[in-house]
Amino acid sequence: MSSNENVLKVCDVTVQFGGVVAVNNLNLEINKGEIIGLIGPNGAGKTTAFNAITGVYAPTNGAIYLNGELMSSNFPDKKMKNIYAGENLGKYDKKLAPTPDVITKKGIARTFQNIRLFKNLTVFENVLIAKHMTVKANPFTATFMLNRKEEKQIRQETLELLEMLGLADVKDDISTSLPYGKQRHLEIARALATKPQLLLLDEPAAGMNPQESDELMHFVAKVRDDFNLSILMIEHHMQVVMGICSRIYVLDYGITIASGLPKEIQNNPKVIEAYLGVDD
Amino acid sequence: MVLKKSTKLILTTVLVALSLVLLFLLDEGIIGSSYTVRIVRLSFIYALIGVSMNLVNGFTGLFSLGQAGFMAIGAYTVGVLTIPVELRPNVYYLKPMAGWLVNVDVPFGVALLIGGLFAAIFAALIGAPVLRLKSDYLAIATLGFSEIIRAVIANDQLASITNGSLGLKSIPAFDNIFVPALICAGGIGIMALMINSTYGRAFKAIREDEIAAEAMGINLFKHKELSFAVSAFFAGIGGGLLAVHLTAVDSNQFKIMVTYEILLIIVLGGMGSITGTCIAAFAITAGKEWLRFFDADFFIGTWQVPFFRPGLRMVIFSLLLMAIVLFYRKGLMGTKEFSWDGIFTFFYKLKNKVMKIGKKQQKGGVPNEQ
Repeated sequence: MSSNENVLKVCDVTVQFGGVVAVNNLNLEINKGEIIGLIGPNGAGKTTAFNAITGVYAPTNGAIYLNGELMSSNFPDKKMKNIYAGENLGKYDKKLAPTPDVITKKGIARTFQNIRLFKNLTVFENVLIAKHMTVKANPFTATFMLNRKEEKQIRQETLELLEMLGLADVKDDISTSLPYGKQRHLEIARALATKPQLLLLDEPAAGMNPQESDELMHFVAKVRDDFNLSILMIEHHMQVVMGICSRIYVLDYGITIASGLPKEIQNNPKVIEAYLGVDD
Repeated sequence: MVLKKSTKLILTTVLVALSLVLLFLLDEGIIGSSYTVRIVRLSFIYALIGVSMNLVNGFTGLFSLGQAGFMAIGAYTVGVLTIPVELRPNVYYLKPMAGWLVNVDVPFGVALLIGGLFAAIFAALIGAPVLRLKSDYLAIATLGFSEIIRAVIANDQLASITNGSLGLKSIPAFDNIFVPALICAGGIGIMALMINSTYGRAFKAIREDEIAAEAMGINLFKHKELSFAVSAFFAGIGGGLLAVHLTAVDSNQFKIMVTYEILLIIVLGGMGSITGTCIAAFAITAGKEWLRFFDADFFIGTWQVPFFRPGLRMVIFSLLLMAIVLFYRKGLMGTKEFSWDGIFTFFYKLKNKVMKIGKKQQKGGVPNEQ
């Protein structure tokens, strides 16, 4: 179907809630090692697109491929068919809707727009929990500590990860006691602990001042290089997006109004219209 | 304040040895009466059931109120399987026991395990639909199932197995206090190990944030089901122990009130604290008995103090509870666990405070000495 270079390929994905079309016919490709930006005004459907990719919502229509392999796919039937307002009706005929945990195991990790850390647990535990899915021990062997080697290994890996990301000195702090910027870093660390190929960042620089967001930009670029990742990020800070994204997709009312290199997007009249409105 | 590892080990050993000696003295009747022994035994059983409920409510964050039902399953299994064969006709005097069951007599330990397993299997079965619900809805559904279990047990059509509404009696009692105490301690230990394992961490992740937990690759349903079944297993065992403790079982013992009583224990001890639950189990079970003092008539000289009559105990108990819930919103321990470091830090701080007050008084209560 798709070339091997594509880590993620989103084909004609529509997400519709009743009569509301949150994402309409999204087509998106991410190549290995790329950082892609997904921008758009409030309510454009960016986070819904994320949720469709990570399995929180099943797409109403369309297909998503991971490494050229079909990951999720759906088509509207019954009642939905009558009110379906998206495009490409009838193009897809397979239903495949894995839950978020399955998709994470396949190699897509994400962060959340409003930070979702495990609040009362320490930084170390937060990251260690993300290693749980790799554990082979069953509840019985884990309870009676017959998996000590494995446990030791995941603890070691977690420690190494925290050291790499500069969180080792706060590892025993309760996660929510960290300053805001560090919490964002921790969320990324936690996502990285699942050893993803693709990282989805939902507004990583939200609420940061220009200096902090500049730091974050370098952090994201470093993470991409160190972990050999591809990254898809939603971001409102144009400075960040224009700085590190190799390509940008722009959504407005669920529709992809533009896509291309940062420079092209900056001068695209449609994008300017979506963000600033148009003179009458 | 951090103690050395060896110091802690010694302290723990001393504590365990001390409690074993205490149990021995109780058992031999050197201290306390048989009444004390009963209360201590009941406290142990409630501690086990409390921790099992805390596993689901406090550690996995599922508001489940089905504990009484699982206890009933365990209690009845143990009762049915351990009543001596020759006494069975006396127990089942209205409707004789079913033929295939009447000669089945298994040792207490095996019956206890079977009871736990039955409860766990039942929990796993009802978990499939019920665990898709959240918060209050889950509470109502589990409460409903718990009542269904009770109603089914008391049903006439099952009378050849459960003896219907007559209940079971003549269950052989405990020989000594060590059996229930060690079983309860063992059960609590196993649950503590599980909570500290990687699966326990996954439970806590689900408690903190389901959506994030799922995004971290934790299969929500599988883990909730696991926690629910393990909890039911130990609740079943606790129920079985309760049956032996009372030597009689009646379906009316497993009404919603039992679940609330255990809920009280875990709320008071701290949702998400094993040691807190144990402390609360002992405090509440014993406290209820100590407060019996209020139930009897009370005279000062010849004047009878008003309100001292049966029932006042529960009023006082409720007031105490209200005070605790108001001032210790997270329970005694919150999500923390008992630790020697914590204890020593507490006393160290207390000592400093006392010294400060003492100094102030020596200086004649000069306020701003700094």
